[in-house]
Amino acid sequence: MSPPQRRRRSPKAARQEKPAPPPAGEESGPGRSRELERLYVVTGQASGGDRAELDLVTLIVTCADAPPTAQPEQLALLRLCRAPMSVAEVSAYLNLPFSVVTVLLTELLTAELVQARVPIVRSELPDRSLLEAVMHGLQKL
Amino acid sequence: MDFKSSETVPGPRAEDHLPHTATAAVKIVIVGGFGVGKTTMVGSVSEIRPLTTEETMTQAGIGVDDNYGSDTKTATTVAMDFGRISITEQLVLYLFGTPGQERFWFLWNGLFEGALGAVVLVDTRRLEVSFDVIGRLEERGVPFVVAVNDFPDGPHYPMEDLRAALDLSEEIPMVKCDARRRASSRDVLMTLMRFLHSIAMAQASA
Ligand SMILES: Nc1nc2c(ncn2[C@@H]2O[C@H](COP(=O)(O)OP(=O)(O)O)[C@@H](O)[C@H]2O)c(=O)[nH]1
Ligand SMILES: [Mg+2]
Repeated sequence: MSPPQRRRRSPKAARQEKPAPPPAGEESGPGRSRELERLYVVTGQASGGDRAELDLVTLIVTCADAPPTAQPEQLALLRLCRAPMSVAEVSAYLNLPFSVVTVLLTELLTAELVQARVPIVRSELPDRSLLEAVMHGLQKL
Repeated sequence: MDFKSSETVPGPRAEDHLPHTATAAVKIVIVGGFGVGKTTMVGSVSEIRPLTTEETMTQAGIGVDDNYGSDTKTATTVAMDFGRISITEQLVLYLFGTPGQERFWFLWNGLFEGALGAVVLVDTRRLEVSFDVIGRLEERGVPFVVAVNDFPDGPHYPMEDLRAALDLSEEIPMVKCDARRRASSRDVLMTLMRFLHSIAMAQASA
């Protein structure tokens, strides 16, 4: 018996930095958009009116005491990030979608209550010493 | 979720905290169809119990785009399991087990664009499930390796037949694996890293 057969594809012209928008017909649900809106109103005009550029593996660290006005979601986040923690982990522990966590984080970054440590992303010329460090780390597993 | 008190949010165990010296993270994506062993692979190499991040997506019914049409919308929750490996005191590697359907990938900013590379997990019982995933990675120019998960009840094809069936070019590494075993999963990740390293070497000397 022989396996089913695939046909190879070629790279498409350079993609935009931004992820593709959701296909037509897929959008935020009513409950979800209301919640986002509520969070968004608090956000105001952070960094050009948009959400901060946050990756799943941007590391977040709390750098100031919570103000008395902090909301419960913010307090929970500030507690979690006393040690550095990725946005993905924050999302998992708070049981909130990544998109909602990025809104919360934009507020906290604007208020300078947390710092973000940007991840290393794949680039045209990957840093070989970085790749070697990862291999070395994996070998110890 | 109810946020009455931040004390009630369960955080990581003390031993799961990253050190304050952790300054940067990298990520690798493990992608494949349902039941192919993504979560198993993440769990077998992760230093923390695998965690889950979820997004909810709703599909609007025809002609329904207002807030009153909720009964005609179907919500889909897309979950992604992930784990973590500390590489040094400064560097952390995250592994994401990602669903194979590309229409979900936009939910997570730069999931593939920012990743060092990807592992495509393939199940010989449903080889065709991986066809689209591999094509999408080719189109996006994401470097990847193919790991063939060895299920005892699956058909056993020679590796060369699988390479031909998947129409993979010669330089793309293929390995057999048992995602349940740490050493085997680690070898898959090492294969990806060696491949990325060879690409970096070739680019540097070009
Ligand atoms: N025999 C065998 N079973 C596996 C392997 N990897 C995963 N499984 C089993 O396959 C099932 C589905 O695995 P899971 O990791 O949940 O798949 P996912 O949907 O891709 O995350 C589980 O019952 C695993 O125990 C493997 O390498 N060999
Ligand atoms: Mg899974």
